[in-house]
Amino acid sequence: MKWINENLYISPINTYIDPSKPVENAIITHGHADHAKPGHKNVLATKETINIMKIRYGENCAENFQELPLNNTLKIDNVKITFYPAGHILGSVQVLAEYRGEKINFTGDYKTKKDKTCENFEPVRCHTLVTEATFGLPVFQHPNEHNEIKKLLRSLQLFPERPHLVGVYALGKAQRIIGLLRQQRYDKEIFIHGALEKLCNYYIKENVFLGKFSKTNLKTKQEYQGEIILAPPSAIKNVWSRKFEDPIICQASGWMSIKQRAKQSLVELPLIISDHADWNELTDYIKLTRAENVYVTHGREEAIVHWCKMNKINGLALSLSGREEEEDL
Amino acid sequence: MRGFSELIDKLLLTSSRNRKIDILCDYFKNTPDPDRGFALAIITNSLELKNIPISKIKEIVRENVDAELFALSYDYVGDLAETISLIWPYKENGHLPQISKMISILKNIKKDELSKKIQTFLSIANETERWALIKLISGGLRIGVSSRLAKTALAKFGDKKLDDIEKIWHGIEAPYETLFKWLTNLGPIPEIDLKKTFNPMMLANPIEENDFTNINSKNFVAEWKWDGIRVQIILDDFNIKIFSRTGDDITQTFPEIKCLQKELVILDGELLVGRDYIPMTFNTLQQRLNRKKVSLKHIDDFPAFVKLYDILYLNNEDLREKNWDERRTILESWYYKNKNRYFDLSKIINFNSWKNLAEIRKNEIIDDQHEGLMIKSKYSPYISGRPRGHWYKWKKDPKTVDAILMYAVRGHGKRSSYYSDFTFGLWDGNQLSPIGKAYFGFNDNELKILDKFVRNNTIKKFGPVREVEKTFVIEVAFDSVNSSTRHKSGVALRFPRIKRLREDKPIREVLQLSEFKLEFL
Repeated sequence: MKWINENLYISPINTYIDPSKPVENAIITHGHADHAKPGHKNVLATKETINIMKIRYGENCAENFQELPLNNTLKIDNVKITFYPAGHILGSVQVLAEYRGEKINFTGDYKTKKDKTCENFEPVRCHTLVTEATFGLPVFQHPNEHNEIKKLLRSLQLFPERPHLVGVYALGKAQRIIGLLRQQRYDKEIFIHGALEKLCNYYIKENVFLGKFSKTNLKTKQEYQGEIILAPPSAIKNVWSRKFEDPIICQASGWMSIKQRAKQSLVELPLIISDHADWNELTDYIKLTRAENVYVTHGREEAIVHWCKMNKINGLALSLSGREEEEDL
Repeated sequence: MRGFSELIDKLLLTSSRNRKIDILCDYFKNTPDPDRGFALAIITNSLELKNIPISKIKEIVRENVDAELFALSYDYVGDLAETISLIWPYKENGHLPQISKMISILKNIKKDELSKKIQTFLSIANETERWALIKLISGGLRIGVSSRLAKTALAKFGDKKLDDIEKIWHGIEAPYETLFKWLTNLGPIPEIDLKKTFNPMMLANPIEENDFTNINSKNFVAEWKWDGIRVQIILDDFNIKIFSRTGDDITQTFPEIKCLQKELVILDGELLVGRDYIPMTFNTLQQRLNRKKVSLKHIDDFPAFVKLYDILYLNNEDLREKNWDERRTILESWYYKNKNRYFDLSKIINFNSWKNLAEIRKNEIIDDQHEGLMIKSKYSPYISGRPRGHWYKWKKDPKTVDAILMYAVRGHGKRSSYYSDFTFGLWDGNQLSPIGKAYFGFNDNELKILDKFVRNNTIKKFGPVREVEKTFVIEVAFDSVNSSTRHKSGVALRFPRIKRLREDKPIREVLQLSEFKLEFL
């Protein structure tokens, strides 16, 4: 940790990774709000992440944008930067930084499972791994996502008169759910809350197949019977949801494996679908990288650090602030 | 176990009462005996597996999972059954036995094979089955299904009267095969042993303003609604059994009460503590409740007695079909013949019009002893449950206090997008101290106002709980106040509800907790 510090600051090139406040030079791993903030001077990211930032924060949310394609190396002074796909959402990357022969890999948020709405994850060897740990407890072992989607489709057959209101994060999760439904040959129109529209359109522009969808303000209560409607979880808790008659509240999230949490959020049909690595993915990847040092940025740091100790790896919790759990993600 | 685990998973996540009933009906329809009966027993808390301590299960998990990782996980998840179901690291092929088989295995499991058997079960099970299995062993499902709801589902499933199910419920046992035979019209209604069985009580409806014009005062009698606990007393073969309103056997809590009868007599009354048939407060009675061991001093200080309301059986004869006035005559003659220090008759109040009764209610009520009046039709049979038109309760006027809205939580079902559970408080010096929670009393329009206020004035969130700006005064109605050691404020309100919104009222005019205690406690 001589040339990077606990704020993910790469000192030889005066650059931060996913900084929580405006800085001069930022590398952004992906477009989620707790990683990509507006107001930096120079931003280095994938084309998709830059576009997502512009959609969310406006064209001028940074002074300069520099694109770096996947698997290309950019040399800045003595530091080599390479992006590898993180499999989390469209445009998400791991950032490999190499300085004087030492490789540090920043995972950002990632999952190793296949996902048709973004580039699939690629493992990278490194000396030091800086990893997330959102689901860093052995209770989190995400089931097969196709089986989870089948639960939703079964429920639609069982309750053809009830609208199915699915809580999803607007960026990434929404599009993945639509994609998974299409993979199950669900070809009906899917309805979306207005907050999802721009990002869905952008995914289509990037050639992600989402099929037919439209916003929810066009129909009467009866017309939503037996339809799938996607919305941010906050909208489902909000007055907005009153426009649906007797909906089944669903939520697609890794947290849904905890029944009490689903119950507390008044979720009737939990769908355990996550865009984060689960416990096995996290620990398998640490082993695979053969890293000697593991720094945990955010999530359940304690358990991962404890696991590292059990496996004779140096583990350290960074406890980065500002990485709130995106609400109910 | 698959069917049962899916059942309780669905019930946990469903908040609509009607939908829960449908889920249960489906299960009863599609599950054979004896599985459905055992499932019913578990849901209604009528079956206990006491032989496997939950500490043993924890021990088994700790042998297979790193202790630190387990502790961190349990801390995060918060529910033991869930933590174990999610963290269990092994997977074996196979199927768990059906619920009935599983129960008999668990009941008869030998100590030396316990660990190995449980480990195998945990490995064969899927996550939901593991969760259900541990719930089954630890007891207390906590899935939001009351036994009343389960019985309502049985009534719907068999197209029978809920009252008939209540009548026999306490006399039948898992796996309830005779019950299901009757429900599916393959057999007669199960016979029960009256001598051991609690008979569900007849309850009253609150009287409404227009009831007074619709019912004739000449057909009704009144008595005080005593502020104790309603009991049913079964005397038979020189034995006594005392049941609470919910059918719990509380004979051991009141060992002093005795009455020797050879033939079956069933009485209905109010259990109170006091001397010379003069009741002490409900608070005093609570000193006697929920105690496993009763000391002689306790019995001496707070002696119990029963004000008799009604008689259901005399000398093995069922009197429930008879009119109230016939039963009353029988009760009185039994009472005078068998008089002892533990029994008193609840006296009948004479009145000649509703207006006259209203005056009595106003002038003669004793706050510490009476909850209000009971008004009973002279012609009422004794019907379990809360039948309309027979018995009414006319409670004393509620007390009210203005309090400040402090916290709110979203409701369930229809109200799931509204903040509809409210915590309110009074001043304690310069601080506010919560004194209670209420989630009804308001109308739809008032709910909208409250919901909007909560959304626009949240200052902090604790999980699902929102703390709001302390500016909104509400008028809270309640039946009485008890002192309480469990609540920080030291008081517990009985039956609190929101009576009116007092947005106009300045918060400085709200009472100090000490003033409130002085006035009401």
